[in-house]
Amino acid sequence: MYKILLRQNLVPDIHLFKVAAPNVAKKAQAGQFVVIRVDEKGERIPLTIADWDREEGSITIVFMEVGTTTHRLALLGAGDFIADFIGPLGLPTHIEKFGTVVCVAGGFAVATIMPIARAMRMAGNQVISIMGARSKALIFWEDKLRSVSDQLIVTTDDGSYARQGLVTAPLKELLETGEKIDRVIAIGPSIMMKFCAKTTQPFGVKTIVSLNPIMVDGTGMCGCCRVSVGGVTKFTCVDGPDFDGHQVDWDLLFARQRIYLDEEKHSFEQWQSQYGNRS
Amino acid sequence: MPKLNLSRVPMPKQAPSLRARNFNEVALGYAAEQAQAEANRCLQCPKHPCIDGCPVEIDIPGFIKAIRDGDMPGAVKILKDKNSLPGVCGRVCPQETQCEATCSLAKKEAPIAIGRLERYVADWERTNTGTISSSIIRPALTGKRVAVVGSGPASLTAAADLAKLGHSVTVFEALHVAGGVLMYGIPEFRLPKDIVQAEVGYVASLGVELELNWVVGKTITVDELLSNGYRAVFLAPGAGAPLFLNIPGENLNGIYSANEFLTRVNLMKAYRFPEYDTPVKVGRKVAVIGGGNVAMDSARCALRLGADEVYIIYRRAEVEMPARREEVENAREEGIQFRLLTNPKRFIDDESGQVKAIELYEMELGEPDDSGRRRPVPKPGTEYIFEVDVVIVALGTRPNPIIPSTTKDLVTTSEGTIVTDESTGRTSKPRVWCGGDMATGAATVISAMGAGKRAAADIDKYLRG
Repeated sequence: MYKILLRQNLVPDIHLFKVAAPNVAKKAQAGQFVVIRVDEKGERIPLTIADWDREEGSITIVFMEVGTTTHRLALLGAGDFIADFIGPLGLPTHIEKFGTVVCVAGGFAVATIMPIARAMRMAGNQVISIMGARSKALIFWEDKLRSVSDQLIVTTDDGSYARQGLVTAPLKELLETGEKIDRVIAIGPSIMMKFCAKTTQPFGVKTIVSLNPIMVDGTGMCGCCRVSVGGVTKFTCVDGPDFDGHQVDWDLLFARQRIYLDEEKHSFEQWQSQYGNRS
Repeated sequence: MPKLNLSRVPMPKQAPSLRARNFNEVALGYAAEQAQAEANRCLQCPKHPCIDGCPVEIDIPGFIKAIRDGDMPGAVKILKDKNSLPGVCGRVCPQETQCEATCSLAKKEAPIAIGRLERYVADWERTNTGTISSSIIRPALTGKRVAVVGSGPASLTAAADLAKLGHSVTVFEALHVAGGVLMYGIPEFRLPKDIVQAEVGYVASLGVELELNWVVGKTITVDELLSNGYRAVFLAPGAGAPLFLNIPGENLNGIYSANEFLTRVNLMKAYRFPEYDTPVKVGRKVAVIGGGNVAMDSARCALRLGADEVYIIYRRAEVEMPARREEVENAREEGIQFRLLTNPKRFIDDESGQVKAIELYEMELGEPDDSGRRRPVPKPGTEYIFEVDVVIVALGTRPNPIIPSTTKDLVTTSEGTIVTDESTGRTSKPRVWCGGDMATGAATVISAMGAGKRAAADIDKYLRG
């Protein structure tokens, strides 16, 4: 059992947990994830590591309430326990001094990109970050991301805050200025990552995306998370989650993410009828 | 000389029509009088050829005599002296190719049903004494710590043997429960999970510490274990990575590796969805590719989950199937259909990313290959379309690369297994032993247990040396 040390509601439906997991904290690196199981009857789901504190022995995760598991997770608070918390899994993001690195985060992936931007900056890169959300109410960690970036651009889809539009617009402008950009890291909803990769492709700038297919064990045992990259089947949990965005078969990823839509709906309706009123 | 009794007492089973729709155990186990009758057939051969057929060298005539004498605690003691997992072995060992194959009565085609008697003794203990560990006398501790990686049959055996020798053993398991393939792979109807957990509990009662949710190679490396007080490390993480066919369409929705399908069903209890959160798809028509025990398990799970038609698609003939005969027969009785000498060419999309059919072609058998089995050769012009809702690929596994890729100086083979001395379990790296599928490639529960036993003996020798 893994104790929740701290809970913060960052914005509606997006929450932060700091979880006591000293063995995971000892090893965590930017870009890796954990697999959690909320309780005895829960499914195993992957969540990216937003931060860690090796001394305190804690891991920070940020998640959005989407389906049954994340809603169940959101019912927990500081002092409660998560049944299983396994990691750090996946390969860390490749960090080195590239020159100028653009870190693009869509939605709550701002939490995922934070440790990567920080590590890129510490490695001596100039870091330009772009973070986008649907609207002002969903913006969080702006100051935090700014603190590890040389420049930060914020967008909202509806224009309720900062620049109106999608993250791909400022990304394209940066590429068009002719300033040398050595690498782009784009993390967020799959569709956003696909369009970031499409944006950078004509410019030939290597673009790393962090894929989020369905997983079960997260250790290379089942192959549920298989994706096609450059025409080769890869297991996201052990070969990724970072891949070259220009090589990813996005349609396959989208299709595989939808496998259990009916079951997820059924499970969530059942859950809501039992517990929904409490949340 | 007593007259030979050649009538093996049959195993009572759930009727096929009934069991095909539930996850309860298929084989029901002997009643006392059936066990007694079967034990009475044993000739008690002085040369005990049965023991030679047992990878863990159980005193088979000894425990059978104890059953015959009505000394059940004695039978338990003899069995557990060599085998810490008798309830598991009595159910899933391929006795027909091991102890029962070397039984003197095998020549008369009526070997003693050793596996059934082993199961009977294990089940008797579980239901009659309550605490399995009541009779254990803990040895003096040596103060030497051993790390065991994985908690499947090889690991549990090595851990138990090392603990019985007085060493302090910690088992590191990547999943959230201990038991490895016994939990995620073999289905409830063949190996009930409470029996696995009872035997894991027995190993723990010997003083073995179980650490769950530790992915060795990620959470901690082998080198870190060695420098953190563990004098020896036994690696038996299994051959966890599934093989696919590498043919077009293999990543379509509805195509599972057997590992994924069985993990969802057995470990995550998808057969009780939505009470348990993990879903699984079966649809109406299921094709399982492969002819081993894992293929049979997958097919029989699919049937129990409500599929109308389940097919085994296998590229060789039935006689070449690696699955146990008994499991093939069980599957057939339940209504599993076999398409033999048949192989998939590609999977066909319904245009939404979901598999809707397989293009199959027929095979014929040519000259024997490296495995000694006749090589299947495609028959040109025999392609046809076979509609399916779900496909389960059960072609075997290869070792998971996490440990070899994160451990210094560990020599591996081109197949990814760790180079291991078979008789001692030693690897190329000092203080590191290996056993089970990681050393040999996919094999059986009992061969993994044999490897665990040999490695434990060699580790003990090293620690005392």
